[in-house]
Amino acid sequence: MNRRDFNKAAAAVGAATALAPFGIAQAQAKKLKVGVLLPLSGFMSFIGQSCKKGSDLAPPVIKQMLGVDIELMYADFETNVDTARTRAERLIQEGANVLVGPFDSGAAVAIAQVAEQRGVPFVINIAAAPQITEQGYKFVFRNFQTAIDIVRNGLDLIGDLFQATNTVPRTAVYMHVNDTFGQAMTKGINAMLPRATRLPFKVVDTIPYDPAAKDLTVEVSKAKASNADLLLIVCRLNDAILVRREMVKQRWNPMGIISPGSPGMYEEQYFKALGKLSEYSISNVPWYNPNSKLTKIVEKEFLKQNPKDKLVFHGLNAGFTFEAILIAADAFKRAGSTDPKTLADAIRQTNITEKMTLGGPIKFNAKGQVEGIGSACVQNLHLLPTVVLPAAAATAKPVFPSPEYKKA
Amino acid sequence: MSWDLVANVAIAGILTGLVYGLMALGLSVIFGVVRVVNFAHGEMMTAAMYAAVVLFSAFGLDPFLATVPVAAAFFVLGYALQAGVINPFITRPEHSQFMLLVAVATILVNALLLGFGPDARNVQVDYQLESFAVGRLLIDKARVFAALLAVVASAGLFAFFRFTLAGKAIRACADNYLGALVVGLNVKHLYALTFGLGAACVAIAGCMMVLLVDVTPVLGPSYTLLAFVIVIVGGLGSMSGALLGGVLIGLSEAMAGLLIQPSAKSMFSFGLLILVLLFRPQGLLGRKSP
Repeated sequence: MNRRDFNKAAAAVGAATALAPFGIAQAQAKKLKVGVLLPLSGFMSFIGQSCKKGSDLAPPVIKQMLGVDIELMYADFETNVDTARTRAERLIQEGANVLVGPFDSGAAVAIAQVAEQRGVPFVINIAAAPQITEQGYKFVFRNFQTAIDIVRNGLDLIGDLFQATNTVPRTAVYMHVNDTFGQAMTKGINAMLPRATRLPFKVVDTIPYDPAAKDLTVEVSKAKASNADLLLIVCRLNDAILVRREMVKQRWNPMGIISPGSPGMYEEQYFKALGKLSEYSISNVPWYNPNSKLTKIVEKEFLKQNPKDKLVFHGLNAGFTFEAILIAADAFKRAGSTDPKTLADAIRQTNITEKMTLGGPIKFNAKGQVEGIGSACVQNLHLLPTVVLPAAAATAKPVFPSPEYKKA
Repeated sequence: MSWDLVANVAIAGILTGLVYGLMALGLSVIFGVVRVVNFAHGEMMTAAMYAAVVLFSAFGLDPFLATVPVAAAFFVLGYALQAGVINPFITRPEHSQFMLLVAVATILVNALLLGFGPDARNVQVDYQLESFAVGRLLIDKARVFAALLAVVASAGLFAFFRFTLAGKAIRACADNYLGALVVGLNVKHLYALTFGLGAACVAIAGCMMVLLVDVTPVLGPSYTLLAFVIVIVGGLGSMSGALLGGVLIGLSEAMAGLLIQPSAKSMFSFGLLILVLLFRPQGLLGRKSP
């Protein structure tokens, strides 16, 4: 190499480096680098691992569907909001074109701030706190119901359940995790429940608890002492298991345990840890459509990657995580660029009709929120989460009150 | 609020507090004699919880029976840790001892993460979901058994220190280090023996605790902190103080959860700690420094 060649090469490298932040060099990228932030350890690790099953199957399925190459860059935020912020920063530094995650509202708030400051698109898989898409952010998108939508749909489904089973509970005790998600849900429930004419029950006590609690004896004692007909719960996974175990120890058998829209009771670990005690718990949650064409493709790949597992245990977590990556890949294909602004603009124009989850097409409103995502009433029957309502998507009839019900 | 609700919660708090007390007893004994604060205490208990889980899943060994091999193994490990690693630090400044034990704690947490992963584990014994019915009271069986064993183990430790020659020698070391050296006691061996006994205590507490809570590798620091709160409330170095502190913390957390708000439970134990530090800095049963 002579001096002239060396100068040319140096100039080329310099130009590439200088132009990189403006997306000129990035525009030629053939591969989309997706930074996936999940709680792979800590008390939400089971759910984080469940979401990971969805992201793991995205590259082969999306390559087959769209012909787009995806490189996943995982970051474990250890169920810690501060760690989520630093991991998001690092993923961006390491070249992630888009961020996906995090299954937690608190972490989503932190990552959204980083994404907005750094101008990198962030597609939320699961996180319900309404304020995330109320900040006027330009790079934050959510394909999941807000807490208000979850509560509205969840309460509607409780009304449908009472109607379908011809049952009228008079009182309920409400237990909830005391974190960003739990508080957002509680706000929604407090606002909507008094106006829900099909729900005749009165909430006789509200019991918040620490999401990382190791023992819920006191909380369940208080709930039992309320003599309520029904346990309404907004939970996570580990605490849901603790509550159910404690109910058995304290011999408390209300008409049912119903979540108006939270994780926990449909997760695989809930069934594994509790066995038969997991039966009849009800979760009204955004769910996947087992009959959609995309679900069939995803399920095939899921079974290839997890031959001993069942998609039904990961339907919500894996489904929404997969769709978040699909949104990014679809935008990348249309934009033909990894330039963050171009990519964000393309995400804003998304219109995916062939989807895995229940509800209308994936289309973002001006706030970056998808509207019209559907929910289902999922009851644990025969050790499987089973859709019992709405009737159109149901594969079994709801069992309510629980056969173990004893009036206190 | 009905009396049976209050009584149920209070009993659960006292029973859990007794197990907390046994855990803190190990810390108190080690500090009382060796004058080293074991910052790896909670992590050692977490390791014992995992040992109980492994013995249960591999051999179906009930955690109560597992206390014997786990306590024996932890005694040996504790002895070796003191004799091989901590003894050289006895005369060094306190910050060196602090860093050493924090390093041991960090190694333990990461070893558990490597070995078992981050997921929560537990044991599922037949009686775990059962409870004794006494009138309108329902008392958790596993909690009753755990508390009983904690009381038996504590009584055994008290008896050891009071009636055996080795126990008396250890107390002599704690009372007068120089005097113990002068009369020819092998102080380093006695220190190692004490650390072994403290480790065995925490191992028994761990085997009991696994019946009450699921174990994860990151559980350790919160139990280390809890053990400190208990021994400071009860009196650092006081064996009976550790048990009393455990019961008080267990009871106050349970009652605060019932009467105020469950998510503010731990706020109460720290409130109690501040009160004790303000009005009785030596702890409820601790001796005032001369």
